[in-house]
Amino acid sequence: MATIILFAPLIGALIAGFGWRIIGETAAMWVTTGLLFLAAILSWIVFLTFDGVTTQIEILRWVESGSLSTDWAIRLDRLTAIMLIVITTVSALVHLYSFGYMDHDPQWKDTESYKPRFFAYLSFFTFAMLMLVTADNLLQMFFGWEGVGVASYLLIGFYYRKPSANAAAIKAFVVNRVGDFGFLLGIFALFYLTDSIRFDDIFTMGPQLAETQLTFLWTEWNAANLIAFLLFIGAMGKSAQLFLHTWLPDAMEGPTPVSALIHAATMVTAGVFLVCRMSPIMEYAPEAMMFVTFVGATTAFFAATVGLVQNDIKRVIAYSTCSQLGYMFVAAGVGVYSVAMFHLFTHAFFKAMLFLGAGSVIHAMHHEQDMRNYGALRKKIPYTFWAMMIGTLAITGVGIPMTYIGFAGFFSKDAVVESAYAATAGGYAYWMLVIAALFTSFYSWRLMFLTFYGEARGDKHTHDHAHESPKVMLIPLGVLALGAVFSGVVWYNSFFGHTDTVGKFFGVPYAEAGAHGADAGHGEAKAGDHAAPKDDSHGAAKAEGAHHYVFTGAPGEGAIHQAPGNTVLNDAHEVPKWVKFSPFVVMIIGFLTAFWFYIVNPELPRKLAEVQRPLYLFLLNKWYFDEIYDAIFVRPARVIGAFFWKRGDGDVIDGSINGMAMGVIPMLTRFAGRAQSGYIFTYAFAMVVGIVVLITWMTLTGGAE
Amino acid sequence: MIQADLTIILPEILLSLYAMAALLFGVYTGKDKVAPLLTWTTAGAFVLVAAWIGLNGEGTNVAFGGMFHDDAFARFAKVTILLSAAAVLLMSQDYMERRGLLRFEYPILVSLSVVGMMVMVSAGDLMALYMGLELQSLALYVIASLRRDSLKSTEAGLKYFILGALSSGLLLYGASLVYGYAGTTLFSGIIAAAGEGQMSLGLLFGLVFVMSGLAFKVSAVPFHMWTPDVYEGSPTPVTAFFATAPKMAAMALFARVLHDAFGGATADWQQILALLSVLSMFLGAIAAIGQRNIKRLMAFSSIAHMGYALMGLAAGTVFGVQAMLVYMAIYVTMNVGTFAFILSMEKDGQPVTDIAALNMYAKREPGRALAMLILLFSLAGVPPLVGFFGKFYVLRAAYDAGLAWLAIAGVIASVIGAFYYLRIVYFMYFGDEGEELDGGKSPVLWAFLMASAAAMLFGVVNLFGIEGAAAAAAATLVN
Repeated sequence: MATIILFAPLIGALIAGFGWRIIGETAAMWVTTGLLFLAAILSWIVFLTFDGVTTQIEILRWVESGSLSTDWAIRLDRLTAIMLIVITTVSALVHLYSFGYMDHDPQWKDTESYKPRFFAYLSFFTFAMLMLVTADNLLQMFFGWEGVGVASYLLIGFYYRKPSANAAAIKAFVVNRVGDFGFLLGIFALFYLTDSIRFDDIFTMGPQLAETQLTFLWTEWNAANLIAFLLFIGAMGKSAQLFLHTWLPDAMEGPTPVSALIHAATMVTAGVFLVCRMSPIMEYAPEAMMFVTFVGATTAFFAATVGLVQNDIKRVIAYSTCSQLGYMFVAAGVGVYSVAMFHLFTHAFFKAMLFLGAGSVIHAMHHEQDMRNYGALRKKIPYTFWAMMIGTLAITGVGIPMTYIGFAGFFSKDAVVESAYAATAGGYAYWMLVIAALFTSFYSWRLMFLTFYGEARGDKHTHDHAHESPKVMLIPLGVLALGAVFSGVVWYNSFFGHTDTVGKFFGVPYAEAGAHGADAGHGEAKAGDHAAPKDDSHGAAKAEGAHHYVFTGAPGEGAIHQAPGNTVLNDAHEVPKWVKFSPFVVMIIGFLTAFWFYIVNPELPRKLAEVQRPLYLFLLNKWYFDEIYDAIFVRPARVIGAFFWKRGDGDVIDGSINGMAMGVIPMLTRFAGRAQSGYIFTYAFAMVVGIVVLITWMTLTGGAE
Repeated sequence: MIQADLTIILPEILLSLYAMAALLFGVYTGKDKVAPLLTWTTAGAFVLVAAWIGLNGEGTNVAFGGMFHDDAFARFAKVTILLSAAAVLLMSQDYMERRGLLRFEYPILVSLSVVGMMVMVSAGDLMALYMGLELQSLALYVIASLRRDSLKSTEAGLKYFILGALSSGLLLYGASLVYGYAGTTLFSGIIAAAGEGQMSLGLLFGLVFVMSGLAFKVSAVPFHMWTPDVYEGSPTPVTAFFATAPKMAAMALFARVLHDAFGGATADWQQILALLSVLSMFLGAIAAIGQRNIKRLMAFSSIAHMGYALMGLAAGTVFGVQAMLVYMAIYVTMNVGTFAFILSMEKDGQPVTDIAALNMYAKREPGRALAMLILLFSLAGVPPLVGFFGKFYVLRAAYDAGLAWLAIAGVIASVIGAFYYLRIVYFMYFGDEGEELDGGKSPVLWAFLMASAAAMLFGVVNLFGIEGAAAAAAATLVN
């Protein structure tokens, strides 16, 4: 079944990409979409019936070279199962949505055919992403990793007639190369030290790596820390973390369904997935994990501040994505991978929905993206409005603390914040996340108020013709709304319950703390599912004493690994009450501020911007990251490139080759032609000269003795 | 004893008898009227003898006290010579008949020169060598001036004759020096004399003179000057013949003399060969650029190709000889195809040799143009065509023998040489509209052109097994 899930999108992509001239445009679109829905349904079946035991499904032998032996296999565990449903569900809905959104795109003439290409790219992307998450070894993962990079490049640059789209595509590709370089170095280091790139082999080596030293760049490093750090560099590129984030906002040049699928729900979360997947290594790299936490927290804060002042509706959501990814990394960085996956899971639903909702707004407003030209759209596009409302409620984390009532984001974000507090004892990461939550609430509501409330601004004609989107675009919104509302409450205990529920969900062995030593508990709790009958006998006592369990899995057992002594998951439930309330409070403050700024007193933002002009410009220009990079990297690179091109290639290489080909050789040719006089004495003379030279030469060198 | 000797040399004897019988037949019957018939029967005889030698011969047989060797090396060369001569004869017939050139002596002279070549490649003695060489050359001098009423043709024949006489003189002078210092003309005796310690200066002089005479036959620089004029002046079928069989024979003879007679002095002749090789490659490539006449162009092309074959020989190893044999077999095949194309170039019944006449040829004759394109790419050594593998072989042989500089020079020369081959391709596919060629509808030429091009294309699979045969041949020569 996993094989079908994996290859259905590839088959769809091939049929649509190469066969649409034969089967027709519409058929190509339906084939890809149909196959994706098939994959999505199968994924849900896999997810819901999955028992937590890691299984490997071998497809073919791939690379055999020296001691490098690589199978092409599907690794099916809880992490994979989660990613499968996220990817296939969002992808299937985005395919469906694109029927409406990509119809009559003004970028193309009526006679041009672009839709099969778009659908083929989408399906190809889905395949690559599935490759990435089902990988059983690092090479396979890297294949998927690069595959999504290519698909992302193709889709960002889909409007290839727009120079800005092409530039954005190149930027995304190049920035990701930087991250990929780190990722590759990490893979090389792992292979160098463990002589294998298979996850099974690598994972069991985790504790040993922590005690190994590795020389890299003339410095001694702790191997586990170095590897974790390098892998995280790769994750930073893909997941647009601070310093390598600049491509993500620009990637909004792609069509909106692409933003929803690739740049919100799936590809950008690959970095989080990587960190969680490599948890058996990460757990033994405390310094690297501190770095992950730091970068995650800083990104969450940074992106949220920039999001406050952006005017392009898609860029607001893009920075929001960037910020939410920071949350996920904080969760992974403090060692609660299940919580990172939880936020990834819920975020996929509500962020995809926000993007698709934004796409619906843009569609309604004839491809106008500036929120300053929106306003009062609530009545014009009511379904879209309600979808966006649900998405906003989810992302801002609306819910009632201490209960099981709330939107998806409420559960997962609070889980991240509480974990951050528990792990850092209320340190930097916690405060950054709380402030980011405040800003998140503000810019999300600002988006809602600017778009749907107030007075209609901008082109009157556009507003008069604003219309609700067709059914194919609204149905995906409805489905995602279900996820945005319920995905948190349903799986709360699985991701962020107590050790036993989480252990069971992820297939990680666990045992009661204290009562037994680690080896005693090992046998009875070999696998999570076998522990299930035992839990029933405990009966009611389970809920009360659940947190007495600890994870006992060896590295590589189960989908995630938590080293002995990592008790953040338990501690997070024990944080003070005010910590649990803090996200709720800042959410309310953010909402009220936005309400005051954009409903009660719409003149206030402009005045504030004028008073705090330097700060405003600083945020509007995204902390000047692009300008700094341009000065430090892009311009010098261009200068060097121009030098090598003009001087090196042009003058030296072309110059010498051309001089040779057009100067020296023709001269020699003329000379040879003149020597060929046609007179027989010339010819005879040449022969005699030849033999004289040969004889002289041989006499002087050869047998002269 | 004599009977055993005659058995070994039977193919040569039968072919000589055939030539004489054909001469009598021609003289006493219809003279030139029977020429077409004789052409076909001669070609048939060549193929039969080739099959006989190729399929029947085995082992190493020595006749006349070591003067004549029948070994795998000789057989490889003979089969190549006979088959290419047969191909050229078949291609000539239509062309020469329509221009009134087809005299009945032509096939007879060709068969006599082929007998000479067969003796050359089998020679085990300086006298056998000279007899074969002169039998071959005299026949070639005559057919070069076959078009008696043409100034150019007679000039070509005369030039060839005079310069050939000069080269024969050099060769004979060298042979006499060798005899003087070795005391024998037998190769086996010479190698014994030369192998004892340092080679004497007289023997070395003899070697240089003999090599100069042979270099004339393979048209290596600086003994190449006759080639363009003779190629241009001779009737085209004769040019085709010059470019194929005699080159193979001379090259094989070269290898035999160097390895059988002077095998102990590899280091001495290696330098000379390397020099001849590098000069030939560069001069062939550079001078061909200036040629507008396709026959002169092919003359310089053949000079360059001989440079590559000499590179294989210069390696002085078994693999080097094998590479040379493979290279020559490929070269001969390519040239048969190319000349089949050149023979079909005509306008209003007159042969055309200006390459500008090929402008936009591909539009009118896409099939032929494509075949010619494959052949030219192969001549230039563009992978994955067979010509590339020929070059690859000799370069590897040179490199393995420690002559890396020679291999690098060969690569550079082949880059320069690619220019004039590709220019013909350019004319055929992208040139201006100009005067159009017509005619050239001979099915025989078409078949040879296509077969040769196909061989260049499909030979990449296993080179039709000539590698193995060449390896066996080389192994019998070098020991």
